[in-house]
Amino acid sequence: MAAKTGRTGLIAKKLGMSRIFNDDGSTVPVTLLHVDNVRVVANRTIEGEGYTAVQIGIGNAKPKNVSKANKGHFAKAGVEAPHHVVEFRVAEDALIAPGTTLSPAHFVKGQKIDVTGTTKGKGFAGAMKRWNFAGLEASHGVSVSHRSHGSTGNRQDPGKTFKNKKMAGHLGQDRITTQNLEVAMVDAEKGLLFVKGAVPGSIGTYVLVRDAVKRARHADAPFPTVAAA
Amino acid sequence: MNLLQQFEADQQARLSATRATPEFVAGDTLRVMVKVVEGERIRTQAYEGVVIARSNRGVNSNFTVRKLSYGEGVERVFPLYSPNVAEIIVVRRGKVRRAKLYYLRGRTGKSARIQEKLAGKPIPGAAMVAAAPAAAED
Repeated sequence: MAAKTGRTGLIAKKLGMSRIFNDDGSTVPVTLLHVDNVRVVANRTIEGEGYTAVQIGIGNAKPKNVSKANKGHFAKAGVEAPHHVVEFRVAEDALIAPGTTLSPAHFVKGQKIDVTGTTKGKGFAGAMKRWNFAGLEASHGVSVSHRSHGSTGNRQDPGKTFKNKKMAGHLGQDRITTQNLEVAMVDAEKGLLFVKGAVPGSIGTYVLVRDAVKRARHADAPFPTVAAA
Repeated sequence: MNLLQQFEADQQARLSATRATPEFVAGDTLRVMVKVVEGERIRTQAYEGVVIARSNRGVNSNFTVRKLSYGEGVERVFPLYSPNVAEIIVVRRGKVRRAKLYYLRGRTGKSARIQEKLAGKPIPGAAMVAAAPAAAED
């Protein structure tokens, strides 16, 4: 489904966190996202594929890692083989011509965005870390099992532990979307997008940036995107 | 230098151009002029005390100033490049052998004294200290 605003999103590389000093003395914690040579690779249309989407790519793949089929696909749009390709569902009038380079100026300062990424893997985690359980007491007869979960069920009836009971297990390395983050600053020249607050994933990973689904389109946000510089 | 480091370096350059920062280390006594917003008006307030720690991390550098206020120890951490800090004045150079003076926390009176560092050899940046107030007035 296309975003409410109908616009495409962007793919960006997470560079890490820093902060912005404002002239009034306040500081804003920001995550730097690098929108580096993000270009439209292909369009998906109702006639062709049955849905409308923009396919965009980031980075450059080594020629030896590009399959023959993909080489043809990228050659059709006349773009260099990207390292990573994603699709964004868009409104029919928001398609962007293949070969167009997208800029972080696609988003404007102050607008809300949703950022999707793969969270850091935490391995096999206990119930306290994974589900914020309180654990058992430090004393009052509790021995050895201070960080364990408590009971996991009832008695002979129902006589089983219910499905989806929150227990210890694998934590992290999930695809997570953080909603309603604010764009703190845009540096189109350097291809940088500054997002207020934290963004899921470790440094160097790719994240997807979209208009916030819970907000209307920002008045200054260009539709379908900014004109090529 | 990657893009993040470049961004921080640029920001550090921009902020250090607006205000001169004298050279100082732990043990020195500073008078920090802090901007305070009172309704519409902005005035500066002096906060004077001993630097007990300094963290040098580019634009994220900060320093901790400890003073006794009505018999109560008060510590304040200032970002070195904060626009809220109007001016930093070095009042006195202290002679200490440690980088972090956390041992001062448990002490008051005579045992919390720091010996003054007398000008044996010129302190680098000492000229800058004298020049700093003039630069701030511009």
